[in-house]
Amino acid sequence: MQAAKGSVHKFGDNVDTDVIIPARYLNSSDPKELATHCMEDIDKEFVHNVKEGDIIVATKNFGCGSSREHAPIAIKASGVSCVIAETFARIFYRNAINIGLPIIECKEASEKIAAGDVVSVNFDTGVITDETTGESFEGQAFPPFMQKIIDSEGLVNYINNSN
Amino acid sequence: MGMTMTQKILARHAGLTSVKAGQLIEADLDLVLGNDITSPVAIHEISKMKKEGVFHKDKIALVMDHFVPNKDIKSAEHVKEVREFACKNCISNFYDVGEMGIEHALLPEKGLVVAGDVVIGADSHTCTYGALGAFSTGVGSTDMAAGMATGKAWFKVPSAIKFNITGKPAAFISGKDVILHIIGLIGVDGALYQSMEFVGDGIQYLSMDDRFAIANMAIEAGGKNGIFPVDDLTRAYMKEHSDKEPVEYVADEDAEYTAEYTIDLSQLRPTVSFPHLPENTHTVDESSRIPIDQVVIGSCTNGRLSDLAVAAQILAGKKVKKGIRVIVIPATQKIYLDAMEKGYLKTFIEAGAIVSTPTCGPCLGGYMGILAAGERCVSTTNRNFVGRMGHVDSEVYLASPAVAAASALTGFITDPADVVSPSDVTGPWND
Ligand code: SF4
Repeated sequence: MQAAKGSVHKFGDNVDTDVIIPARYLNSSDPKELATHCMEDIDKEFVHNVKEGDIIVATKNFGCGSSREHAPIAIKASGVSCVIAETFARIFYRNAINIGLPIIECKEASEKIAAGDVVSVNFDTGVITDETTGESFEGQAFPPFMQKIIDSEGLVNYINNSN
Repeated sequence: MGMTMTQKILARHAGLTSVKAGQLIEADLDLVLGNDITSPVAIHEISKMKKEGVFHKDKIALVMDHFVPNKDIKSAEHVKEVREFACKNCISNFYDVGEMGIEHALLPEKGLVVAGDVVIGADSHTCTYGALGAFSTGVGSTDMAAGMATGKAWFKVPSAIKFNITGKPAAFISGKDVILHIIGLIGVDGALYQSMEFVGDGIQYLSMDDRFAIANMAIEAGGKNGIFPVDDLTRAYMKEHSDKEPVEYVADEDAEYTAEYTIDLSQLRPTVSFPHLPENTHTVDESSRIPIDQVVIGSCTNGRLSDLAVAAQILAGKKVKKGIRVIVIPATQKIYLDAMEKGYLKTFIEAGAIVSTPTCGPCLGGYMGILAAGERCVSTTNRNFVGRMGHVDSEVYLASPAVAAASALTGFITDPADVVSPSDVTGPWND
């Protein structure tokens, strides 16, 4: 079973790829370097506060904007174990799956979970639990095809394994 | 149940007689695109694959456009890496300085995309080619790598929203105003995961450049793709630019749409998106006298010849307002040359603007016109997110080339009709 657990960093609607990783840093593709600028233009303190395993919770249309895979790469390399949102922009959604960053859509969780809460996610069932408040939410589990890509830790491994 | 235009193209490329919204399919690709930012990441991924080489050396396009001519050492290293990859794999469509242009202006111009194609690009504005009646969509670098290696990509078949375009454009109404108006109407996630299908008798008045601008910004409404039906104008464009055989698809009468909107071109006003989201639209009448510091005319949305023509006609014989930096960026070498031959570049320079070699440059805050804290820019580009063109406290106002050029003359956001008569500017309103 795949699972994530960590404390929550909370964001609002339409967090775009320009604030997740500003274009001025796109002359690098090194995950570690990208991680040092993660969320810089929306929350300067994020990189100092984030700990291994932490979870991002946002509301609508997370990851809108450019196709830069540097965005989910920066988030993953910063230690974040899962992003929960009401909805994701579609290219970000694809990219996260393709690089093996777990994401999950859940409107209720995105509204009710507060910054700093400790949250756990079960990816097999899609159940999200706010351990601080004791509340549980039904997130959208992945269709089997996408789950296979995530289980292979990304599209490249998936293709390698299926040939 | 009938299929939309997008669904028909996807079904054909997946080897299926029909598909429906929500279905996961694997489709054959006619073209895979990458640029100087996304290709290096894709090249790292492809190197991890067991399969050697690329699926087809003529069906991959690598366009060095974001940070070239290279703005710094790191971007030079990236382009070098792509150059070596292109050479090693004999990629025929590798475009470096001297041949490059902004990818989404360049590919149609080079005839690399025609109606009926399925195209993925590791750039979100890959949706631009929907103007030609192709299915094209932005993906990330890993999808690009898989596409280059296997010639295939996975898709969830999208549902669609229908936009019925009617009427003849009012004065100074361009494709940019149409799409900004639509994004204002439905919001930046209004078409999330869906196709935006444009139909209606108003389309006949929209030039190919207008249609490219509209399809280009489908992503700004969250759309998976934007697509236009093929008409005589499209056919003539493809004939002029491409040797490839187009395949025309028409949506079924009983195709299903999740929503329908009617846009009457005769009722639109020049439209401006205020910071920091493309959905924050206001008509130019609601935006007057907002002072600006810079004007950018260019990008994959509005750096084409007709965009430069409109701007040149507005600036002709006049001077830009003192203190306003005006940066004009033709999107490709061919557009640059055509604009030179038509005298537009001379007009720009005499008016006090600068003209740059093709590049994305300031559009994504790369270089060539970065904003300082507190500065405002009217730009014909497509995004006005926080920090998009520079400092997090700078502001970008998205507008058409006509509004941008008019604003360059006054120093504040300006209705083109206040500085020039519509009859002096080429457009469908004069026909
Ligand atoms: S011009 Fe701007 S939006 Fe278009 S491809 Fe370049 S950076 Fe992207």
